[in-house]
Amino acid sequence: MNTVGFPLLSLLTFLPLAGVAVILAVRGDEQTVASNARWTALWTSLITFMLSLVLWFRFDKNEAEFQFVERLDWLSDFGVTYHMGVDGISVLFVLLATLLTPICILSSWEAVQNRVREYMIAFLILETMMVGMFCALDFVVFYIFFEGVLIPMFLIIGVWGGQRRVYAAFKLFLYTLLGSVLMLLAILLLWCTAGTTDILELFTLTIPPLLQTWIFLAFFASFAVKVPMWPVHTWLPDAHVEAPTAGSVILAGVLLKMGAYGFLRFSLPLLPVASAEFAPWIFALSIVAIVYTSLVALAQEDMKKLIAYSSVAHMGIVTLGIFTFTQQGVSGALFTMLSHGVVSSALFLCVGVLYDRVHSREIARYGGVAKIMPAYALVFMLFTMASVALPGLAGFPGELLVILGAWKVSPWVAFGAALGMILGAAYMLYLYRRVVFGRITRDDLRGLLDLSPREYAVFTPLILLTIWMGIYPQSFLSFFEASVAALVERHHAALGAARLAGL
Amino acid sequence: MPPLARHGSRGCKIMNWMLALPEIVLACAGLTILMVGVLPRQNMFFGCTMASIGALVVTAALVLTVPDGTGFAGQIISDGFARFMKLLVLLGAAIGMLMALDFNRREGLDRFEYPVLLLFATLGMLIMLSANDFMTVYIGLELLSLSLYVVAAFHRDNEQSAEAGLKYFVLGALASGLFLYGASLVYGFAGTTSFERIAQALLDPAGRSQGLTLGLIFILAGLAFKVSAVPFHMWTPDVYEGAPTPVTAFFAAAPKVAAIALLTRVLAGPFAELTAQWQQVIILVSLASMVLGALAAVGQRDIKRLMAYSSIGHIGYALMGLAVASDEGLHGLAVYMAIYLAMNLGAFALLIAMRRQGKAVSRIEDLAGLGKTDPAMAMWMTIFMFSMAGIPPLAGFFGKLYVFLAAVQGGFWTLAVVGVLTSVISAFYYLRIVKVMYFDEAQAPLDARPQTLTMVMGISGIFTTLFFVMPAPLVRAAQEAVTALIG
Repeated sequence: MNTVGFPLLSLLTFLPLAGVAVILAVRGDEQTVASNARWTALWTSLITFMLSLVLWFRFDKNEAEFQFVERLDWLSDFGVTYHMGVDGISVLFVLLATLLTPICILSSWEAVQNRVREYMIAFLILETMMVGMFCALDFVVFYIFFEGVLIPMFLIIGVWGGQRRVYAAFKLFLYTLLGSVLMLLAILLLWCTAGTTDILELFTLTIPPLLQTWIFLAFFASFAVKVPMWPVHTWLPDAHVEAPTAGSVILAGVLLKMGAYGFLRFSLPLLPVASAEFAPWIFALSIVAIVYTSLVALAQEDMKKLIAYSSVAHMGIVTLGIFTFTQQGVSGALFTMLSHGVVSSALFLCVGVLYDRVHSREIARYGGVAKIMPAYALVFMLFTMASVALPGLAGFPGELLVILGAWKVSPWVAFGAALGMILGAAYMLYLYRRVVFGRITRDDLRGLLDLSPREYAVFTPLILLTIWMGIYPQSFLSFFEASVAALVERHHAALGAARLAGL
Repeated sequence: MPPLARHGSRGCKIMNWMLALPEIVLACAGLTILMVGVLPRQNMFFGCTMASIGALVVTAALVLTVPDGTGFAGQIISDGFARFMKLLVLLGAAIGMLMALDFNRREGLDRFEYPVLLLFATLGMLIMLSANDFMTVYIGLELLSLSLYVVAAFHRDNEQSAEAGLKYFVLGALASGLFLYGASLVYGFAGTTSFERIAQALLDPAGRSQGLTLGLIFILAGLAFKVSAVPFHMWTPDVYEGAPTPVTAFFAAAPKVAAIALLTRVLAGPFAELTAQWQQVIILVSLASMVLGALAAVGQRDIKRLMAYSSIGHIGYALMGLAVASDEGLHGLAVYMAIYLAMNLGAFALLIAMRRQGKAVSRIEDLAGLGKTDPAMAMWMTIFMFSMAGIPPLAGFFGKLYVFLAAVQGGFWTLAVVGVLTSVISAFYYLRIVKVMYFDEAQAPLDARPQTLTMVMGISGIFTTLFFVMPAPLVRAAQEAVTALIG
C-alpha cells in the first residue's frame, strides 16, 4: 500500500526531532547558538515541507482508503501497534502543519531574541506532535501526539508570551488536559471492549447505543475544548493574546483543527448513533458560538483578541458543517478548516508585523497605517476579505458548502451559519477601518517601515494559497471528496442498520 | 508448634540455602564493610559507599541466578515477582547511595555508617520480598525500619532531622505493633503464619472467620504506613522535609517499591480468598491517597514536602492496580512502580543538587530562573515534572495508562474517574515548578553540581523521555513477574 517505498509519514513526523538533536549539540556563545538554532530549525522545517510535498503529488485522490500506511509492532501484547497512514481527510492537514512551521520560524526570526535555542526546539517538537497526530491510525498513538502538543505549547506561551502569560499558559494546559483525560477513559473503554486500538479495526465495531452516548460525551469533552466550542472557548482568547505571534499562528492554524479533526475521525465513524442524536445540540452550540463570539469580537479593543473570537466563530461553522452528515457540509467544514488555517494564521502574522514595530496590539493605538505602509495595508486587506468569505478568496467556498449542507438539514441551521458571514464582515471590516484607515493620530506611527523582504517571504506563500483556494477550490476539494463520500455513506448505513435493529 | 516440627522432620532438602544466597551474601558484605569501616583512623565514607554499591551489584547478579522455589522450611520464596521487585529495590538503593556521596561530604555527614545502614535497610527489603511467612516479613520489615529510623536522624545536630527521626520512629513503632498484632491474630485464627498454609486454610469456608479478617485489617494498617497511603500518611511530609535530602531520596524510592510489593504478595497470596474484604479497604485507601496527594500538594512551598504529597498521590495510583484485584491490575502496579522509581530518582537527584552558596535549599522559589542559569538541569526537571503529571509521551503516562486500563477493564469507574481528575489537579502543581523555573525572574545561580548527580539525572531523564520508543521489555518483564505471583 505504501506507494513511495519508504516510511514517508514517520520521516515527516520525526525529522524535526533530528533538527532538535542538532540544535542541542550546538556549543558556543549566545549569538552563535541563537543563529545556528534559527538556521537549523528553518532548514529542518523546510526539508520536512519539501518531503511532505510528495504527499501532494503522490496521493491517490480516487482512493477513499488510507494511503502511505506503515505498521510496526509496539505494544503488541495489548493490541497496540505503531500504525500511520493518511486519507483524504488528514492529508492536507499534514501539509498545512509542515507549511506553517517554517513560516512561524521565519516570522519569529527577529521577534524572538530571548532563549532562541529553546524556542526553536519547542517549535520543532510541536511540529512532530502535530504531524504525528494527523497521521496516527492507532488511538493510543493518536492520544500521545494529541496530548504531547500541550508540553511545547505551554512553554511557548509561558516563556515567550505577554503580560499575563502564566495565567494563559496554565489555563490552556489544564482546560485541555481535563477534557483529554476523559477521552482517555473512553479510549480505554474501547480498548477493553475491542481488544485493539487500531482505528481501522475499531471502525468495523458496532457499539451499543447507550455505550455510544457515554463515549461520545467523553470524546466531546476533549474535542469541544480543543475546537473550541462555546461555552468552553474561554481559554482561546487568553492563549492567543498572550502567545507570541508564531504561537498564535500555530494555535490558530493547526491546533484548533485538532478538535474538529477528532470529531471527523472518531466521533462520526465510531459513534454514528450518538453523533446523530447529539447533532441538534451541536448545531445549537455552534450557532450560539457564531453569533455570540461575533458580537463579542465587535467589542474588542485588542487586535489579537478580536481575531481569536473570530476563530471561535469560524470553528462554529466547522462543527456545524461536520454534524450535517452531508457531502457538502463535511467537505465545506474541511475546506473551512484549511482556509481558516491559512487566513487566520496570516491575520495573526499581520498583527505581529505591527506589534513588532509598535509593541502594542491595542486597536485604538493605530489609525492611518495605509498611508505609511501601503503594501502592508494591501496584504492585510486581502486576508481581511478572505476572512469575511469574499467570493474569489479562500474563505468563501468552504462556508458556502457548509450553508448548502446545512440547508439540507434545516433552513434555520443554514440561516445560523449564514449569520456568521454577515457578522464576520461587520467585525473584520470594523477592525480594518480602525487600524488602517483614518488619520494618523500618533506621531510615532509616522516612522514605521513597510514590509521587509523577510516579511514578504513569510506572506507570499499565504497570499498565493488564499487566492488559489478561492479561485480554484477543486484542487483542494478533490483530495477529500472520496474519503468524505465514504464517511458520509458509512454513517448513513450505520444509522440505517441501527434503526433496523431498533425496530 | 506442630507445623514447624513437621517441616523439621523433612530434613535439609527443605533448607534450601541457595534461595537465600543474595540475602546471605549481602548480610556478610554488610558486616564486613562495618568492620572495615570501624578499624582505620581515616574517613572511610567514600570507600564504604563504593564497597556497598559493589555489594549491591553482586547481589543483583545473584538475584538473577537464584532458582524458583521455597526454602527454609517454607519461610522464604523465590519467584519471578520477587526477582523483578528485588532488582528494582537494588537499583533504587544503589543509586540512593551514589547520590549521597557529594551531599553528605559537604554537610559533614560523611560517616561510614551511612552506607552500611542503607545496606542493611536494603537487606531488610530483600527479606521482605522473599518472605513467605509473617515471621520472615516481620524480620525484614523491622530491619528496614530500624535502619531508616537512624538515617532519618542522621543529621543529628539539625533539629529538623532529629525530629524527623523521632517522629518516624514513634509512628513506625506503632505501625510495626499494629502489624505484629494483626499477624498474631491471624496466627490465632488460622493456626499458622505461613502464607501457603493460610491460603489453604482459607480455601475452606469454615476457616474464613471474622477474627482472621480483623487480623488482616491490622496487617493492612501496618503496611499502609510503610507505603504512606492515606490515612497512614501523616509522617511522610514531616520526615521528607526534615531528613537530609539524600535520605529523603532513598525513602521515596526503594522502600516504597518493597512495601508495595510486599502488600501485593500478602493480599494476592495468602489472603486471595478474602479479596472481597480487603478490596474495599484498598479502594478507599487508593481514592483517599489520590485525592489528598493532589489537593494537599497545591499549597506547598517546600519542594521536599511537595514531593512527599506527590509520592502519596503516586502510591494512590499504584494501589489502584491492586484495588482492581485482577491480573491486569497487578501488571499495571508493577509497571507503575518501575516507572515511579526511575522518575523519582531523577527528580531527587535534582533536589539534592539544589545548593546555593554552599547551603542546601529546598524552597520552590529557589528554583526560580533555573531555565536561564542552568538550562540542562531545568530541562531534566521539566521532563520529570511533565512525566509525573502523566503527560504523554513521557514514561509517567504509560504507568498511569496501565492502571487506568485495568480499572476500566474491571469496571471500577469511580477509581478511574477520580484518578484522571486528580491527575489534572496534580498537573497544576507540577506545572507550577516548571513555571517557576522558566517564567519567573532568575535568582542567583545554584552551585555547580557534582558529576554523579548529573549522571543520575541524565540516565533517569533519558529513560523517562525515551521509554515510549521501546516500552515492550519492561512491560513484558512486569507481566512475567505478575504471572509468577498469581499463576
